[in-house]
Amino acid sequence: MRSSFAATAMAFALIIARPTHALTAQDFGSFAQGGPSERAVLLGQWAARGDTGLATFIASLENGEYRSTPEGKLVRTLDGETFTDAATDSVLGAPKPEWEDVVVSNVLRAGVEGAKAALQLSIPDEGERLQAAKDLLEAELDPAILPAIEKAAVKETSPAIKALLDGLVAKLALSADEPEKRIAAARALGESGDASNNLKLLDARINPGEDSSIAETDSVVRLEIAKIAAGLRTKVWFYEMTGHLFTGISLGSILVLVALGLAITYGLLGVINMAHGELVMIGAYTTYLVQGVFRSHFAASESVYILAAIPAAFLVSGLVGVALERLILRHLYGRPLESLLATWGVSLFLIQTVRSLFGPQNVEVASPAWLSGSLVLQSNLVLPWNRLAIIAFAGTVLVLTAIVLTKTRLGLFIRATTQNRAMSRCVGVKTSLVDMMAFGLGSGLAGLAGVALSQVGNVGPDLGQGYIVDSFLVVVVGGVGQLAGSLWAGLGIGMLTKFLEPTVGAVLAKIALLVLIILFIQKRPQGLFALKGRQAD
Amino acid sequence: MREGPLFKSLGRNGQIALALFSFLALVLVPLLRLLPESAALYPSDYTVTWLGKIMCYMILALALDLVWGLTGILSLGHGAFFALGGYMFGMYLMRSIGHDGVYKSDLPDFMVFLDWKEYPWFWNGTQHFLWALLLVILVPGLLAFVFGFFAFRSRIKGVYFSIITQALTYAAMLLFFRNETGFGGNNGFTDFKRILGFDITSGAMRTTLFMLSAGLLLGSLLGSLWLARSRFGRILTAIRDAESRLQFCGYDTLWYKLSIWTISAVLAGIAGALFVPQVGIINPSEMSAANSIEVAIWVAVGGRGTLIGPLLGAGVVNMGKSWLTANFPNLWLYALGGLFILVTIFLPNGIVGLASTLRKRLGNTGAHK
Repeated sequence: MRSSFAATAMAFALIIARPTHALTAQDFGSFAQGGPSERAVLLGQWAARGDTGLATFIASLENGEYRSTPEGKLVRTLDGETFTDAATDSVLGAPKPEWEDVVVSNVLRAGVEGAKAALQLSIPDEGERLQAAKDLLEAELDPAILPAIEKAAVKETSPAIKALLDGLVAKLALSADEPEKRIAAARALGESGDASNNLKLLDARINPGEDSSIAETDSVVRLEIAKIAAGLRTKVWFYEMTGHLFTGISLGSILVLVALGLAITYGLLGVINMAHGELVMIGAYTTYLVQGVFRSHFAASESVYILAAIPAAFLVSGLVGVALERLILRHLYGRPLESLLATWGVSLFLIQTVRSLFGPQNVEVASPAWLSGSLVLQSNLVLPWNRLAIIAFAGTVLVLTAIVLTKTRLGLFIRATTQNRAMSRCVGVKTSLVDMMAFGLGSGLAGLAGVALSQVGNVGPDLGQGYIVDSFLVVVVGGVGQLAGSLWAGLGIGMLTKFLEPTVGAVLAKIALLVLIILFIQKRPQGLFALKGRQAD
Repeated sequence: MREGPLFKSLGRNGQIALALFSFLALVLVPLLRLLPESAALYPSDYTVTWLGKIMCYMILALALDLVWGLTGILSLGHGAFFALGGYMFGMYLMRSIGHDGVYKSDLPDFMVFLDWKEYPWFWNGTQHFLWALLLVILVPGLLAFVFGFFAFRSRIKGVYFSIITQALTYAAMLLFFRNETGFGGNNGFTDFKRILGFDITSGAMRTTLFMLSAGLLLGSLLGSLWLARSRFGRILTAIRDAESRLQFCGYDTLWYKLSIWTISAVLAGIAGALFVPQVGIINPSEMSAANSIEVAIWVAVGGRGTLIGPLLGAGVVNMGKSWLTANFPNLWLYALGGLFILVTIFLPNGIVGLASTLRKRLGNTGAHK
């Protein structure tokens, strides 16, 4: 900001070629005679009228080129020896001892900074104006700058910057002398801008705490501010809840992605695949490898690597899953507890393999540019694009899986085998082939979850471990082999977690969730969506 | 009981093995420990502690076999009970440090640097040895009872139950990792100095703990064998093999399952309490899901349902682990993963079953000829 100001000052200096005196002799006189706070006010006024000479004046001021004379004149020197009258440019010669340096004290500094920022508000470049407005919002400003900002707000064409400036004006006007102005300012704060910040500003007026200097004394204004603050509080609460809802859905959709494949394999084979998390991890590492291939061979289209990673991860994880089914699980059908232990062994194996291949540290997977950044609905409600994309992705995957399961021949076989293996075999379904395909499908879905996770979290050998307990809970709550169950359970667990976390903390939220799930199972032992029918073992 | 049918039922080999173990652990090792330290046969402090630690693992494996091998309930959360027992006794050990901690305070060191001003209510009375012992039994027992009651009542079984127990130990680990819960955070309890006023690092104390572990191992093994042969044990086996049929016969399986589940948890807790003074530390990583699953592989390697097998399994796997992690640390996870896969596929009855499987095979081929 400082350097950009210097650049601007240079630009001004070049255009104008030499110190202009749009500032009048009278201006210089009052500046020379005033104390620091009067000088600050003067700077604000000059900024407000958009004085062309102000930029150079401030630059010289900060350089320590000015001195004030007892006669009320401002004199300027470039080399410390030859002095000129600031107003007339007439040469005065050597300095006199009674002239005083114009020192930029703290009080004057606030005025200078405000005036500089206000000047920047008139730069043609929109980006720099926006930055200047943001800087002003952060800064501790002297109220003297208010007229300058009001002027800039009126002239401003960009709505985003105008909104910022209006907020700034309202913030400064809260300290105005006239009660009506203060009320108007409070109203403006209640209507626009960063709601939670504005709420803090207003709260400081009615409950000032330690800094009682800003407390509102007028009882009418006080009442009005309290009313507006109450309205804002509701607004902030609403934004917060919407935020939780969003993060809850976001976490839920990740859980749904992870649990989807798990639900299929568990429903079909009765096997809890403890290596499912590692299949997710393999999907994430596949994304990393695809990214590497794009970087080295197709650098021009690197930003679409993620689209290529989706089928690649599905295939790689799917193939690992098929191999797992063929080589190991095949021998353990009908022994679910042993299958669980064997797949745990596989997961250890996969973790250690990835560790030896890629090293124990996380690898870097960069979100493509079109997925970074956020959708800003409101300054308190920011939705990151990658999370939005994951929600959409999870929805798409869910719909596609549902289509595969309900509309294709493979899906028909999978559902038939899930419901009654023996009968399916009797009517000619090759159940062992179905098992393999279904396991491949479930594992491929895990790979897709890995692609999604690589965009929002760290990709390391332990990636799968973090989500596996939660996704098991999703399957337990959702019911066996039920897509709808996985969906509702995933979203429910995700949202419950995110709504509990801010109030009770992450750990207690997790424990509360576990207790809730155990209680829930008391009511619905088969999960949300149990298969109807008679079963006995 | 020794001369009763239980002892006879062990068979000749079993009797010899048991007698040999009793002689080695309760007579020979303590006698050898009386030798001067320079003697060739003197078992070092490290060896004795290491063996004691493995015997605690054996008791844990036995506890798991009671529920998994005997009753068919696979728990992936026994590490939680083990660690809880350890924590209860660990707190007693913490408090008997007295003022000899780093901060010379009334409170244990971890409480001082975590800014506790007094003991939270649940640690009241833990300075008394007997109350601590009671807690070692009560806390894991109560947790298991309440958890088991809700789980068994809603007929959660099979892999469902395993997953829920895994979540249980996971949640417990998270809880114990927190600093503000008063369980010592991620450092747990350590830096113990004495038990009942005796120096915890002295050779005599190590021998005593070793003998206690061996005694408890022997006692719990005999107790478990007796339990398995009793009417109660037969019903447990029936639950494992055909729970629905048993229910149709009029048995309320809930209370049988709940009893053995609670007994098993208590046994695991006691093993944990013996484990802590020997290794000198207890922290939440004992409760990680991976640790609990590892116990299952000890049982599977040895042969589940045999009660003796899990002891062998715990011994073999842990000795292998000590050796591998010291010599080839990268290979340990491969070995463990491979063990899980190979044992479940090729050795469904474990080491103990291997002998009888081989004998049967040989016998069969002989008959065919």
